[in-house]
Amino acid sequence: MSQLPDSTSDLSRRSLLRGAAAAGLLVIPTTSLLSACATGGDDTPDTPAGGGEKSDKNPLGVKEDAQLEVVIFNGGYGEKYATDVHEPLYKKAFPNATVKHSSTQEISTILQPRFAAGDPPDFVNNSGTKLMDFGALVADQQLADLTPLWDAPSVDDPSKKVRDTVVAGTVDVGSFNGKPFVLYYVSTVFGLWYSGKLFKDKGWTVPDNWDAFLTLLGDIKKEGIIPYAYAGKNAPYYQYNVILTHAAKIGGGDVLKNIDNLEDGAWKVDAVKQAAEAWGSLIGKGLMDKSHEGLIHTEVQLQQNQNKVAFYPSGDWLEGEQAKTTPPGFEYQMATLPSLSSSDKMPAGTLRATAGEGYVVPAKGKNVAGGMEYMRQMLSKEGGRGFTEVVKAPTVVLGASEGYAFPPGVASSQKALAAAGANVVNLFFDGWYKDLESEARVATNELMFGRINADQFCERMQKKADEVKKDDAVTKFKR
Amino acid sequence: MRQGKYPFVIGFLAAPVALYCVFVVSPVVQAFQLSFTQWRGFAPPKWIGLDNYRRLVEDGNFWKAISHHAILLVALPLITIVISLFFSFLLNVGGRSRGGVTTGIWGSKFYRVVFFLPQVLAVAIIAVLFQTVYRPNESGLINGVLMKLGLDPVFFLVDKNIALWSIIGVLVWQAVGFYVVLFSAGMSSIPSDIYEAAALDGAGKFTLFFRVTLPLLWSTLQVAWVYLGIAAFDAFAVVNVLSIGNNGGPDGATTVLAIEIYRNMQESKLGYASAMGVALFFLSITFAALTLRVSRRETVEYS
Repeated sequence: MSQLPDSTSDLSRRSLLRGAAAAGLLVIPTTSLLSACATGGDDTPDTPAGGGEKSDKNPLGVKEDAQLEVVIFNGGYGEKYATDVHEPLYKKAFPNATVKHSSTQEISTILQPRFAAGDPPDFVNNSGTKLMDFGALVADQQLADLTPLWDAPSVDDPSKKVRDTVVAGTVDVGSFNGKPFVLYYVSTVFGLWYSGKLFKDKGWTVPDNWDAFLTLLGDIKKEGIIPYAYAGKNAPYYQYNVILTHAAKIGGGDVLKNIDNLEDGAWKVDAVKQAAEAWGSLIGKGLMDKSHEGLIHTEVQLQQNQNKVAFYPSGDWLEGEQAKTTPPGFEYQMATLPSLSSSDKMPAGTLRATAGEGYVVPAKGKNVAGGMEYMRQMLSKEGGRGFTEVVKAPTVVLGASEGYAFPPGVASSQKALAAAGANVVNLFFDGWYKDLESEARVATNELMFGRINADQFCERMQKKADEVKKDDAVTKFKR
Repeated sequence: MRQGKYPFVIGFLAAPVALYCVFVVSPVVQAFQLSFTQWRGFAPPKWIGLDNYRRLVEDGNFWKAISHHAILLVALPLITIVISLFFSFLLNVGGRSRGGVTTGIWGSKFYRVVFFLPQVLAVAIIAVLFQTVYRPNESGLINGVLMKLGLDPVFFLVDKNIALWSIIGVLVWQAVGFYVVLFSAGMSSIPSDIYEAAALDGAGKFTLFFRVTLPLLWSTLQVAWVYLGIAAFDAFAVVNVLSIGNNGGPDGATTVLAIEIYRNMQESKLGYASAMGVALFFLSITFAALTLRVSRRETVEYS
């Protein structure tokens, strides 16, 4: 989902000259000029703005004619779902309101200065490679607490709270130290992806235990296909995700909870070590290819579409992302991770699922109630269904995609999610501690391409986790 | 003219000086201010004194970046200057002397355009091009050929031992053209009678180069060294596009200060990133001052 860096300097020559002329007139009252720059002022936070009468149809108390400014990340999901589905829903509920829509691929470039200046929009889709750091936004009290939204009656059934109409865990995923700040909207399931057609043609089935899995990888290699691959250049997190999900499977969900909570020795438990050892052994067995360390995700995914790569770890956005290069009949399928041994604490179908694509309501926006109401409309069945129809991805809204015919890959991941039942794990440190996340990427490449062993991997990650824990400049989160 | 001389001068200077202050001086001053704070970019910065600098001293990646700058500082100017000098010598005086006048080799006008071409491309485009040149599989430009010949592919950007040198290769490739032109200009300003006289005394190509061209080009060389040295403190775009992880990988093997600054900014550590910026500022200034001082020599004026 990443893009190549492209230049977006919108400073036209004319506005530059105009600015220069203005600056020249000022005869440089240095101090005031300097202090007026980047850091902005220290405005006292306004009281949540945009209050109106509360009613059954308007439980959040939106001012009926207030303007709502919406900023959408125009990336993998585009902006059509907002302009064609969610914004009309809001307008339908509040005919006198105006919705000011804009979209960008560079969220932080456009919005960070507005946050710093105390003039953010009312609703932001904070996503993409240039997203704003959620942890920093929360730590600096820039986001509105979404508790009123989750406790409000839902659009479809006023007897139910909004929090009861979404997939379990949705509120938690967007919570920081127990307080909900982010709405993650798209249901995301992680696993190992392969071509249903290739496997059918060759007569391969994906086994549910590690030894048989290794045998299958060996068989695949004999056919001249690279059995397992991920993109080392820009997507090692697809792989640490596999290792950690596997660790949870071996040692139970608490393994990940301890890692997220920066508990002492969390990375050095046996479960993590065993998982790292298992996956780190592939390169030595010739089941991976060294060149993949230097490739980016789209290059490896293309190789999979060409049947040069068998298994590829990813989330269920993969099928949509690859739609253009996937040959007809390729038939994406998702498998869950095999069990390492019979003493695993969680069963074979265990998987990582989470909600992705974050939406926030800035605390200093002019229409905070409106921003939350917009979310309430998104979380209606009509909102969820409309989103799924436009972008072909499932939302966290329960029952919204019922009867919708997903493409084969998402259908298989949805099936796996249903089969997993309560055996769903998730990890959070990657969003909370960027420093630790970067280290996990580097250490994963070191491990998977055979430069360090499992012990050194755990050692290295633990060292970084300890550093982050000790660093009082970093805001800590718990789950 | 005497009357109103100062208003006249000030009138001309006001706009550029104001521009300079707003877009150069004020960000620099701000970076100094921010380097003493902890700032995530939303709420106002918090003053923390010298903490960022203390942290800097203990930061392994910072020292890695510094050591890479040290390598770049020697390798980049040296390789670039040697190659460009060689090329521009061939282009200007490397050919046969005709009627006592030395000329460049055959086709030198064409080569000059070819050498200069990389200079016209944006750095980001060059980096993306080299992504394909260095790609570690059969679809890479170099490895495609190697693998066709039955050789093992070379993991240019993946192998820690050669990743930095692969980056330096790109920087040199891009820079050479400009310095060929710069040195050519310098060489064409050397009067041809000096060459003639030397040639009459029986000087060969080597002697001509080392005894005539090089000493008379000294001030141009000095400029080139400073420019390239300053370029060695940058290298951001190329590393950002080419390196593993786009952040100076594999495992920090190609990282430079600008990359570290960028990474820390992305991690919302703006104060710490500013402290690195301040360090970079002093490094570049010290380098420029040192070079100009060390390489000071008498310049020759042709009458």
